[in-house]
Amino acid sequence: MDSLLLAKIQFGFTAGFHFLFPPTTFGLTLIILIFESLYLKSKNELSKKISSFLVKILAVVFVMGVATGIVLEFAFGNNWAEYSRMVGDIFGAPLAAEGVFAFFLESVFLGILLFGRSKVSKKAYWWSAFLVFFGSHLSGVWIIIANSWMQTPAGYKIEGGRALLTNFFQAAFNPSTIPRYLHTVAGGWITGSLVAAAIAAWYLRKKRHLEFAKPLLRVSLAVFIVVSILQLGLGHYHSVQVAETQPEKMAAFEALWKTEDGAPMAIFGIPDEANQKTYAYIGIPKFLSFLIHFDPNARILGLNEFPDDEKPRVLIPFASYHLMILFGLIFILVSLIAIVLFMKKRIYETQWYLKLLLLLIPLPYLANEMGWVAAEVGRQPWAVYKVLKTADAASLTVPAGNILFSLILFVVVYALIGVVGISILLRLIRKGPEETVSEGY
Amino acid sequence: METWDTLRYIWFVLIGVLLLGYSILDGFDLGIGTLFRVLGKKAEERDAMVKSIGPVWDGNEVWLLTGGGALFAAFPHAYATVFSGFYLALMVVLFSLIFRAVSLEFRAQDTKRKGFWEGAFIVGSFLPALLFGVALGNVVVGVPLDTTMNYTGTIFTLLRPFPLVLGLLGLMAFLMQGSTYAAAKVEGLVQERARKTAKLIWNGYALFLILAFAATLIYIPGVITKVMAWFFVALTICALGVLRNALSKAKDGLAFMMSSLAFVGLWGIIGAIHFPNLVKANNDPVFSLTIYNASSSELTLKVMLIIALVGMPIVIGYTIYLYKIFKGKIQIESSS
Repeated sequence: MDSLLLAKIQFGFTAGFHFLFPPTTFGLTLIILIFESLYLKSKNELSKKISSFLVKILAVVFVMGVATGIVLEFAFGNNWAEYSRMVGDIFGAPLAAEGVFAFFLESVFLGILLFGRSKVSKKAYWWSAFLVFFGSHLSGVWIIIANSWMQTPAGYKIEGGRALLTNFFQAAFNPSTIPRYLHTVAGGWITGSLVAAAIAAWYLRKKRHLEFAKPLLRVSLAVFIVVSILQLGLGHYHSVQVAETQPEKMAAFEALWKTEDGAPMAIFGIPDEANQKTYAYIGIPKFLSFLIHFDPNARILGLNEFPDDEKPRVLIPFASYHLMILFGLIFILVSLIAIVLFMKKRIYETQWYLKLLLLLIPLPYLANEMGWVAAEVGRQPWAVYKVLKTADAASLTVPAGNILFSLILFVVVYALIGVVGISILLRLIRKGPEETVSEGY
Repeated sequence: METWDTLRYIWFVLIGVLLLGYSILDGFDLGIGTLFRVLGKKAEERDAMVKSIGPVWDGNEVWLLTGGGALFAAFPHAYATVFSGFYLALMVVLFSLIFRAVSLEFRAQDTKRKGFWEGAFIVGSFLPALLFGVALGNVVVGVPLDTTMNYTGTIFTLLRPFPLVLGLLGLMAFLMQGSTYAAAKVEGLVQERARKTAKLIWNGYALFLILAFAATLIYIPGVITKVMAWFFVALTICALGVLRNALSKAKDGLAFMMSSLAFVGLWGIIGAIHFPNLVKANNDPVFSLTIYNASSSELTLKVMLIIALVGMPIVIGYTIYLYKIFKGKIQIESSS
């Protein structure tokens, strides 16, 4: 295997594994903040207990995020040295800013959340919960800025073979930053709230810690319902931006081989790259044109408009984009059922629904990963859209054997960490809030 | 051009300051990790050591991440050359840091494999504590580079006398930082052992400082005339002198402060003899990466400076707050 392919696999694997944790953190820190706010207002010991329990869960998720995140801070130098040289003038700054503004904040105040309940005032503890929430979301801002600049670069000029910053705010708030950030954070809130709701559902099914589980289910499902529905709009907003700023990516998402006036939106299909055809295609006529331009007859550019060496492959972006949408629609359906059950006041007793919540746990993770795969594979062959090809971004001096060696180690070590991490989380949940609520590890 | 150069000087110093912050802060938990079984014979003693660093180690490690990010942003070529060139050595550091990051949480929760995770914490602390100095020694003494600024050596190129001496000196400095912190922060037998260990390490520290001094005179030409370097040599020697005294009088707090001050001296020496180089080329000096040919644009350095000036005082403020909350000594609680 050649070193470029190995470098791609290694980045995909390490970044994809890391991306299991930050979205969970987004959602959990939000729910912790809600319960800390309730506790601050009502002095209800139950809210405090719920928050302390979730902090324990968060700590495990957080260290796995830290452990796998360190790798990515250095991955650009390790495997993508030419990328680093070419665009480091712009790409490095958000990574450094993430450290200065976000990592310190998250780490320091998580230290207080984990170890400091008895050492600081109630107000200071609430502020710590807020700053962990704020810090993790700020970290997301910087990393989405960096990644969005690769999608829709702005605020730069090319000089001497390097991209140089000309306007920081244009580079930071490039055309895709805001839609991508909102979409990603909403994905995280869906993930974290579903995990919290599923924990509560498990207790309710086991008839354990009922007093504890009911408010947890209520609050997390409320977040889940609101954000799942909101995500429909945010996803739409982001898709419209992609269609406008990276039309070949949208064409790949929809397997739109030829430009069409009144393009359909695919529901199902098996794209065949070689023959420029989609087998078993099912689509909603004119719906893509309608969604993007609010005009069922609007023209959408097809893949035929773009040179062969400047457009993405179709199968993976197509499949991952549509799976993500499918999962998003499932979340809305699950939310609507929850609304009905809430209104009938039967949410805590409906066993099949509680079981459904448990079974759903993998789904938001898959949705996050699919969205990320669609975004990044859909950006190919570019590392930075229309600026630098991925093939020209890899390190020149790292032999394929070295990358293969590190890749094997990453797979083994991450598998170990993943298995132990999940078993620890399950044990914490099984032990329940009574025994886990102590300070420290 | 002049402002640009000023910004380049500033970023050379600021990256040094970030690495200094890392050495002082994460230094003590790297040291505690390496000496975990030496200072803590019983499980409850080790629990107390974990407690002494529990709330702070993660924030300490962010100094390294921020240093790496700042190097990327300010001197992308240096970041690219070092991390691709020293690939295998850095993978060892990365895997150490991965294991280390999860080890404390997993040690407490995954009780069946407590010993394994303790081992991960120890090895994951020891290897970076040793290898940071080796990596630094290489960029200071010089490595083979080509016209595209890329490293042309192998992993064995990195194992030369000067980098190895610097690696061992760095290890001693981290062990000193860890043992003086343990003496100042934990009570009982851990404190006693930490005091004894620190005295032993002091001898190794002094030995490798002398060896590093000699190696520098041999391998780095023209170093004698650098006045700033001599100033920091004097500072380091003074710090180690006062440290020796503090150790024999069991003044734990002072010993930790002096161990930290010695890091200021060491980083000062490195900065003074290395400036304006970032990665020196030993095949032909024109290939060296310097703050001039490896830096980002003036605008990026300016934006980054604003970010640092706004952000770092706040970071330092709440870091002090964190340490104040968790001040006081940790008692060894017998396990129930």
